[in-house]
Amino acid sequence: MNILNNIRVALRALKANMLRSSLTVLGIVIGVAAVVALLSIGKGATAGITSQVEGLGTNLVTVSAARRFGLGGGGTAETELLYYSDYSAIAKKVQNIASITPYYQTQEPVATANRTANYSVIGVTPSYATVNSQTVEIGRFITTEDGAAKKRVAVIGATVSSELFMGLNPIGRNIKINNIQFEVVGVLASKGTSGFLSGDSNVLISLETGYSILFGGRATNNGKPILSGISISASNADSIDTVVSQTETILRSQHGLGLNDDLGLSVSSQAQMLSSLSTITATLTAFLGAIAGISLLVGGIGIMNITLVSVTERTREIGLRKAVGAPQRAILFQFLVETITLSLIGGTLGIALGASIAGVFTFLGIIDAAVTVDVLLLAFTFSALIGLFFGIYPAYQASKMRPIEALRYE
Amino acid sequence: MIEVKEVTKIYKVGDDEVRALDGVSLKINDGEMVAIMGPSGSGKSTLMAILGCLDIPTSGEYYVDNIEAAKMNDNQLASLRAHKVGFVFQTFNLLPRTSALENVMLPLTYDGTKMRDCIERAEKALEVVGLKDRMKHHPNQLSGGQQQRVAIARALVNDPAILLADEPTGNLDSKTGAEIMALFQHLHSEKHQTVIYVTHDAFIARHTDRIIHLMDGKVVRDEQIKNPIKAGTPRPDEMLSNGNGNHAKE
Repeated sequence: MNILNNIRVALRALKANMLRSSLTVLGIVIGVAAVVALLSIGKGATAGITSQVEGLGTNLVTVSAARRFGLGGGGTAETELLYYSDYSAIAKKVQNIASITPYYQTQEPVATANRTANYSVIGVTPSYATVNSQTVEIGRFITTEDGAAKKRVAVIGATVSSELFMGLNPIGRNIKINNIQFEVVGVLASKGTSGFLSGDSNVLISLETGYSILFGGRATNNGKPILSGISISASNADSIDTVVSQTETILRSQHGLGLNDDLGLSVSSQAQMLSSLSTITATLTAFLGAIAGISLLVGGIGIMNITLVSVTERTREIGLRKAVGAPQRAILFQFLVETITLSLIGGTLGIALGASIAGVFTFLGIIDAAVTVDVLLLAFTFSALIGLFFGIYPAYQASKMRPIEALRYE
Repeated sequence: MIEVKEVTKIYKVGDDEVRALDGVSLKINDGEMVAIMGPSGSGKSTLMAILGCLDIPTSGEYYVDNIEAAKMNDNQLASLRAHKVGFVFQTFNLLPRTSALENVMLPLTYDGTKMRDCIERAEKALEVVGLKDRMKHHPNQLSGGQQQRVAIARALVNDPAILLADEPTGNLDSKTGAEIMALFQHLHSEKHQTVIYVTHDAFIARHTDRIIHLMDGKVVRDEQIKNPIKAGTPRPDEMLSNGNGNHAKE
């Protein structure tokens, strides 16, 4: 019996019980749609976070007073303060540094004549742009002269620009940061990603200016200026680990700590950050996928259930087919084609529904869901296997029927 | 030619053994038309199942066209049915929602015949039973007699060595039953088709050349009929009590 004919016969049998078949298919549709939507959204989230981290800069190593980012590291030691002197020592002694920049970050109200909003205000040096892969869209970046002369100038992120100036060219206009007047001299190019790691919502000023007029006492400890962090760009990918370990060694000696003491400062590379983040997102995605998989499993049980009913109902048909010469494998195949047809119809509709759900998420800007070919193939294959797996038992039952008894079945 | 030698069939019902067939031997030549008669429990259905390669005997030998079928496994029997046997059932057993043509094609789809040949042969078989103009009809659009003729076309489509019918007129009125008997006689005389059918009804049985009487699993009489009743002849008065559809079913 050729395959096309088998599919035709299967479709006819399924059509004969339209409602029943539809409900069975619905079980698979929901399962597959859930798998596709959740995996796509998970993958989209992973890709979004990865691209944000990669957007931070090339070969980036971050030193910060914050705890190490990621899983673990739940130590109880006091967080050490990071000093400007630490920066000087690292810049002087660590090898393979392409570029290094210290920064101090606060949240400040930023106002124009008719608008006020809170933004991250970061005191930076000129190398900040290089290390963090920031470019200036219009105007200029903070210069050494700005720092030397403690000029009240600011470079603002793209989001800040649009929110405060609403399309007007902000260059040469004034903003008040915590009621201190600054002149906008540049606007950063948008990094194209939204989220916590993009620099689009930052206001950058000269670090020296910040220390002298804006940050005040909270930015010093016993008269020593402190930093929120130091960003280092390693000269190449291979030297990142060396830069991390040398930096840690220098920080230990600067802070008078032994080898086994808790550093209390975080030195992490972009790679570490990426791997921690991707571990989290991969775990989450797998978890979501597994939950969705359960509903697919339930759908499969639905297929098995309905096929068992169908085999019983069609005992006489099976008897007849065997009486006119159908071998066992033909009957087995006939019912398997039915269950696989059910599950593939469900799989196809489920993929369409799941991709649509993912599309709605993307459209609404909640998350840039990545509906990838491998997710679709996975869902499609999985649904076919569900049909096969849950079809085998009922189909085998049918194929094993004895023709005389089946023919006499009432 | 088919030949049954010393065939017994024993069923186990709980701890009891039921001898449905007890040493049956018979030979039916090509082109013969034979009726098998006997009361309920005489073993007719069991004999039909063995003749039709639906079941194997507990002991004894069975040859269809010189092929020994008594020791075959399920799939070998299926293949033998696909090539050598045509079945007609009392309840027609047509597939619903399936055209007459496709019903007739069914046996061919299991023996690897190409789709085009399947259609061609099925059309021919329907022509033989006089239903060429009803090919696209579904069973629910056909009368009982027409449905049984579709079933006969299905039984003929693989050019079987034997056409086996189990109470073929049992579900039909006498006029339609006569049509079916006429068709059997036509197949027998014109196509030299071997036809074997089981019946309760002595009048229907007398449409053949030979009646094999079964009783308690044994052949009790093998009767040659000199002048078979020609299909369409009215039922004689003395056979009315045993009329079609009136007798108790098994």
